[in-house]
Amino acid sequence: MVGIITYGVYIPRYRIKVEEIARVWGANAAEISGGLGVFEKSVPDMDEDAATIAVEAARNALLRRKVDPGEIGAVYVGSESHPYAVKPTACTVGEAIGATPNMTAADYEFACKAGTAAIQTCMGLVASHMITYGLAIGSDVSQGAPGDALEYTAAAGGAAYVIGNDDPIATLNHTASFTTDTPDFWRREGQNYPRHGGRFTGEPGYFKHVKGASNLLLAQTKKTPKDYTYAVFHQPNAKFPQKVAKDLGFTAEQIKPGLVVPYLGNTYSGASPVGLAATLDIAKPGDTIFVCSFGSGAGSDAFDITVTDAIKDKINRDAAPSVEKLLKNPIYVDYARYAKHKGKLVMQV
Amino acid sequence: MRDVAVIGVGCTKFGEHWERSFRDLFVEAGALALEDAQLSGEKIDAMYVGNMSAGRFIEQEHIGALIADYAGMASRHIPSTRVEAACASGGLAFRQAVIAVASGMEDIVVAAGVEKMTDVEPGATTDALTGAADREWEGFVGATFPGLYAMIATDYMHKYHMTREQLAQVAVKNHFNGARNPIAQYQQEITLETVMKSTMVAEPLRLFDCSPITDGAAAVIVAPLDRAREFTDTPIKVLATAQASDTIALHDRRDISTLDATIAASEHAFRMSKLSHKDIDMVEVHDCFSIAEICAIEDLGFCRKGTAGKFTADGETALGGTIPVNTSGGLKACGHPVGATGIKQVFEIVQQLRGEAGKRQVENAKIGMTHNVGGTGATVAVHILGRV
Repeated sequence: MVGIITYGVYIPRYRIKVEEIARVWGANAAEISGGLGVFEKSVPDMDEDAATIAVEAARNALLRRKVDPGEIGAVYVGSESHPYAVKPTACTVGEAIGATPNMTAADYEFACKAGTAAIQTCMGLVASHMITYGLAIGSDVSQGAPGDALEYTAAAGGAAYVIGNDDPIATLNHTASFTTDTPDFWRREGQNYPRHGGRFTGEPGYFKHVKGASNLLLAQTKKTPKDYTYAVFHQPNAKFPQKVAKDLGFTAEQIKPGLVVPYLGNTYSGASPVGLAATLDIAKPGDTIFVCSFGSGAGSDAFDITVTDAIKDKINRDAAPSVEKLLKNPIYVDYARYAKHKGKLVMQV
Repeated sequence: MRDVAVIGVGCTKFGEHWERSFRDLFVEAGALALEDAQLSGEKIDAMYVGNMSAGRFIEQEHIGALIADYAGMASRHIPSTRVEAACASGGLAFRQAVIAVASGMEDIVVAAGVEKMTDVEPGATTDALTGAADREWEGFVGATFPGLYAMIATDYMHKYHMTREQLAQVAVKNHFNGARNPIAQYQQEITLETVMKSTMVAEPLRLFDCSPITDGAAAVIVAPLDRAREFTDTPIKVLATAQASDTIALHDRRDISTLDATIAASEHAFRMSKLSHKDIDMVEVHDCFSIAEICAIEDLGFCRKGTAGKFTADGETALGGTIPVNTSGGLKACGHPVGATGIKQVFEIVQQLRGEAGKRQVENAKIGMTHNVGGTGATVAVHILGRV
């Protein structure tokens, strides 16, 4: 059965606290943290971008399980911060892990859900025997304009999944998507930062689509929230996934392992994939996982996943850092250094 | 002049109607009002619609023709007129409809109000609303409505020593009422602490001192009183209609924490109706900010200047108090789709007078008042309505 062969995550080591961003803009940090449930966010180094993060995550996946890179027939990288407008990140990743040249590749963009769209594409290609393995990545150095509400959460990180048929550590039993033309968040060609519809991103955006895909998956699989050990929802902040989980009937315990946003921030295309990875980090054979991503614009992909015995003997989870480990021992930066790292300072050429 | 009665009312739920358009909203409100009056569209002689800023909010002008068209009146070619007086647009639209019937020019007239405010980002909404103030002397130099009302609040608190807690009680009371109103945008009760701990917007006003951004529409139908029973068993008579104006800029006023236009309009309304304050069973006042309700109940004459804070904190304006104020939840809890607010106030008073206000019903309500303000008090409309 098609499933996850291995997975890997990468999160830059730098962090900035919400308080530090609030200090610069004269905002009330306690109120922002209280409202969003986010306390700090990851910051990329000066030479890190969506491509380097994707490569690190892919390499971490391959450290956990020996997969012949030559048998990876497809690489898809989902991001809204691809370093090039024209020139695929996926080729850089393919080359870096030795999967080129006998492979297909493309970059995906669907706001925060391009990573799960990449997983779905690989599922189809593997199930139809067009490829042996597919590599699906969600990776972002998320963008948020200085002073905008997004700046408090827009973080950096990503996760990579090798999808295949051969002894998966977790089977991808079913997927369902819910998509509409809803302009809640956008960035036009040439613009540095995304714009958004404020409160419009909530109910008509996130909640409508996450509930739409989740309910569709539950109806198609004839399952209820009680049938799952864990659940992971897209996490632009801590409040939204907690509310949608409660509304759908999932408990706080079910979403706890995958709710990484409070000390990571929103890694956009990486967010749901990193949440799933944090859940796989602690999962046992037989555990069932419900995942639902969200991308503005807008759509959601939901997955029904079962962890198999292979997670014990076919993969060495300790060969690459867990999400918990990646979140430990951060190096805190002030706003000035954050601005430098994020390229917000215009420097002499 | 002929006596005029309200024969039908309708109102959409107020809130963030992301999936509904300006047109959807006023068509729903109009249909509800027609249904309430058991009237078909063919009987309508004229329409007035209060709308502040469709040009800014949805890039649509020519609202009079638009609503006539979408109400199915285009082929009947009835006169349909947009009325604009910022947040008092609805109150003035109602007054125009009343005048049209009273004069004998028209018989069955719709007065509607509509605003769709969530199609643009909040910054654009705030700027559009600033157009209700003096753009050259206030808006261009950075004053926003929260800022202007914050100046009123600061001046008022300095002069009359009202406490911050007393001011907060306006919002607590209005949320209590909103929690009992099925059309209200916010239907949850709040505590004093909710207000006191909410985000500072413009000192001393906090988030819960401010009315929200709202989509909504309301419509009422007026007719000559002597024909009213053709349509309804419970006609509500318009006992007074009054309107007053003042300087558009706050700084040009004699006293910035007294709305002289409110005083002028209410005095006119009381004279016209030959009623006094003790005759009024409940009043819908224009609480765009908590301080606005404090000023309103004083300037309308329900309590002495400088005492409205204590009056409110003592529960005199609550349901069961001596003069229930904003039983609908007011602009704060029911919501404030600016052009619709003045009509919604009439909708609320009519419901109260018919005994249809459910959990927020004022016992044995016979006479009610509405008070609708444009800007910081440059236009005020006051109406008195009563059971027949």
